[in-house]
Amino acid sequence: MSDVRLTINGREVTAPKGSTVLEAATRAGIFIPTLCHDPELTSFGACRMCVVEIKGMRNLPASCVTEVADGMVVETDSPAVVEARKTILELLLANHPADCLTCGRNGDCRLQDYAYMYGVKSEPFGGEKHNYPVEDDNPFIIRDMNKCILCGKCVRACAEIQGKNIIDFAYRGFDAKVATAMDVPLSDSECVFCGNCVAVCPVGALQEKALRSAARTWEVKKVKTTCPYCGTGCSLELNVKDDRVVGVTSCQGDVNGRALCVKGRFGFGFIHHPDRLQKPLVKKNGTFVEASWEEAINLVAEKLQDIKEHHGSDALAVLSSARCTNEENYLMQKFTRVVLGTNNIDHCARL
Amino acid sequence: MTNSIKEIAGADFILAIGTNTTESHPIIGLQVKKARRNGSTLVVVDPRRTEVAELADLHLQIKSGSDIALLNAMAHVIIEEKLWNKDFVNGRTENFEAFKETVKRYTPEFASEITGVPAETIREVARGYAKANNATILYTMGLTQHICGTHNVFAVANLAMLCGHIGKPNSGVNPLRGQNNVQGACDMGALPAVLTGYQPVTADEVRAKFAKAWQVDELPAKPGLTVGEIMEGAAEGRIKGMYIMGENPVLSDPDADHVIHALSNLDFLVVQDIFLTETAQLADVVLPAASFAEKDGTFTNTERRVQRVRKAINPVGEAKADWEIICAVSSAMGYAMKYASVSNIFDEIASLTPSYAGISYSRLEEGGIQWPCPSAEHTGTPYLHKDKFVRGLGKFNPVEYIPPAEQPDEEYPLVLTTGRRHFHYHTGTMTQRTGALEVYYGTEYLEINPVDASALGIAEDDMVLVKSRRGEVRVKARLTDVVPRGVVFTSFHFPDVAINKLTNAAVDPLAKIPELKVCAVKVEKAS
Repeated sequence: MSDVRLTINGREVTAPKGSTVLEAATRAGIFIPTLCHDPELTSFGACRMCVVEIKGMRNLPASCVTEVADGMVVETDSPAVVEARKTILELLLANHPADCLTCGRNGDCRLQDYAYMYGVKSEPFGGEKHNYPVEDDNPFIIRDMNKCILCGKCVRACAEIQGKNIIDFAYRGFDAKVATAMDVPLSDSECVFCGNCVAVCPVGALQEKALRSAARTWEVKKVKTTCPYCGTGCSLELNVKDDRVVGVTSCQGDVNGRALCVKGRFGFGFIHHPDRLQKPLVKKNGTFVEASWEEAINLVAEKLQDIKEHHGSDALAVLSSARCTNEENYLMQKFTRVVLGTNNIDHCARL
Repeated sequence: MTNSIKEIAGADFILAIGTNTTESHPIIGLQVKKARRNGSTLVVVDPRRTEVAELADLHLQIKSGSDIALLNAMAHVIIEEKLWNKDFVNGRTENFEAFKETVKRYTPEFASEITGVPAETIREVARGYAKANNATILYTMGLTQHICGTHNVFAVANLAMLCGHIGKPNSGVNPLRGQNNVQGACDMGALPAVLTGYQPVTADEVRAKFAKAWQVDELPAKPGLTVGEIMEGAAEGRIKGMYIMGENPVLSDPDADHVIHALSNLDFLVVQDIFLTETAQLADVVLPAASFAEKDGTFTNTERRVQRVRKAINPVGEAKADWEIICAVSSAMGYAMKYASVSNIFDEIASLTPSYAGISYSRLEEGGIQWPCPSAEHTGTPYLHKDKFVRGLGKFNPVEYIPPAEQPDEEYPLVLTTGRRHFHYHTGTMTQRTGALEVYYGTEYLEINPVDASALGIAEDDMVLVKSRRGEVRVKARLTDVVPRGVVFTSFHFPDVAINKLTNAAVDPLAKIPELKVCAVKVEKAS
């Protein structure tokens, strides 16, 4: 595809034909704020945060839905653009709860970022505010439609990533909101709680219930790893605070992009469950008693050795694990073949 | 999988057999949905009307265990109507004549009687599959957990070869594996007959190579026992001691009471796990293992992609990573195993395993790599069998339909089939302890067709007893036409509905996979 030459903020840049001004700017390292745009979703052009000034055009077009053209001259931060963005933010804040102090997305919120960036403090458009009840009747997601800015990313994520179409815009005008069919709670809908809507929400309208009540956004360390459930191999980020996994968020995975399912995103609680085994156990007179590692390992070694000597290697067998790592399975079969001296090793591949 | 997960979205025709994709593999399900949105044809073969079946152009509500009749009949139609790929069959396969001879008698009318699928539908699906530019076959345990599981897979492979729908992007034979590292555990040689990378223990040069690397004189040459045979051996007293790491056969294996009996019969059982599972409770020694969040390593996913697992937190309590525990036991038994880090273990794997030879931790930092990856310069293999099969020519393995080992009869008139639920996983060890999943989906139920339920006087939410020749469980009934008449379904996620007390341990003679998808049961209202 041929390239188009255009000027952005006085710089000559090239961009593939058919790309948007936003894409061209991003490629050139020029930042344009967005709220409703997401590279993985269809372009929506609703929030107007990404407006730019283009020479010869009458209004300020939204850069996310404006195609590049040869010779185009674009300004991304002109006074007119900045004024427009400030007004948009003022309008959004006019009907947004000012509870950043307790909001779980404080520190990871695009509305907050842009209000800070453009110095928008007050609410010149004060007026009626929504007072929707917060939906928290399911164990996965908190839905606070008072904080929703109607960017529609969740609607598109549900339709275009998850393919479920559980939510869409309902009502009109001031009453417009994102709702399930018949505006029932998610728990009464066909929602499968993948949380992919939460992953794309730019504000605090959709939050992971456990994560956002356990840690402030800046307190967590994120560690990219691979999901421990099915064989798909989704990448995810464990959110860690004080040596505890407090939640899971999306990252860009080779297999899954940012999509996760309910188990990958919300099924991490077992890690710190009180039932976790914390010490070796040895059965004495039919009941388990705690033992030191040394005692337990020596007992295992002695018993296995004893059976090997008295009944032969093939009287021993090992079940390795489709849940453990490659390295662990490798060592287990090495141990079985070298130390126990048998090929009696298998795992639950057939189950 | 012969192909990559993302290639599913590029298939023109998807034949999904015995896979409840959107519930059991939700993220792979997204690719199926994407393919549908792109206009591809989806045909789902499943006795249950699952979510993915509802998305399909055609849902073939097949009688449990009759897959071979269907697949052979499709081949019959494709040959009869001359839709097969002559170039591919002539150039890349062998034994076609024998296959042709076998499928001759599988007319769609004959198959229709066995499968319950109308003959004209079989013709339509056969034509669609054969004529597609790219056609992919997805399957999971619904195809394999039968006494003819291996033959079912042969029948699938025969069909793919017949139409040349293999060895190219978006087209292939794609088993979706059910556990995070079941592919890796197989690749690593946690199997009775092969070492890493499927190198057979019976080959002298293979054993010599490993013996040299591991600095021992010799390695056992006789293939070992499979899990079912191990349990049998324990029950009969031939197996005296067992070491179980991260598995819960008491809930996952068929005929649970028999498994409990077998494990109780051992002189010594050591179980290494993160919880005191139903299996660990039978152990003499229980070793506390670290969870995936507490250790470094790699998993290999269903599309053969090796990916990093990274330590996020320290092990809870005194738990240790499984690899550290194995090293400690081995060293205590006189064979010192010492590794400074898991990347050193991986390097040892790569040095002994041709398909992993080019993979290293430093390369994995850049992203996952799909094996075979024979050298450090190789970028990995998105799809297999391009130009040539591993054995050279692809061999048609003609297979005949056989009925399931246990058929419904007067005493046990219903077929029980088992599987997974969206909100839970395997034996529930993890998903019953998340503070979220089990809160939302806390009670298991038995799916039963309203017509069957009404004949038995069973209403929604009634507690029922499900009985087979091997055991019984109590469970709530849910009346739904997701299951056809004559079939009941539940999962094996709930310890209080230990459905594998009922299932049949009859196995496929080749792969030794148990027939978990079909057994005969009766259902009655519990008092």
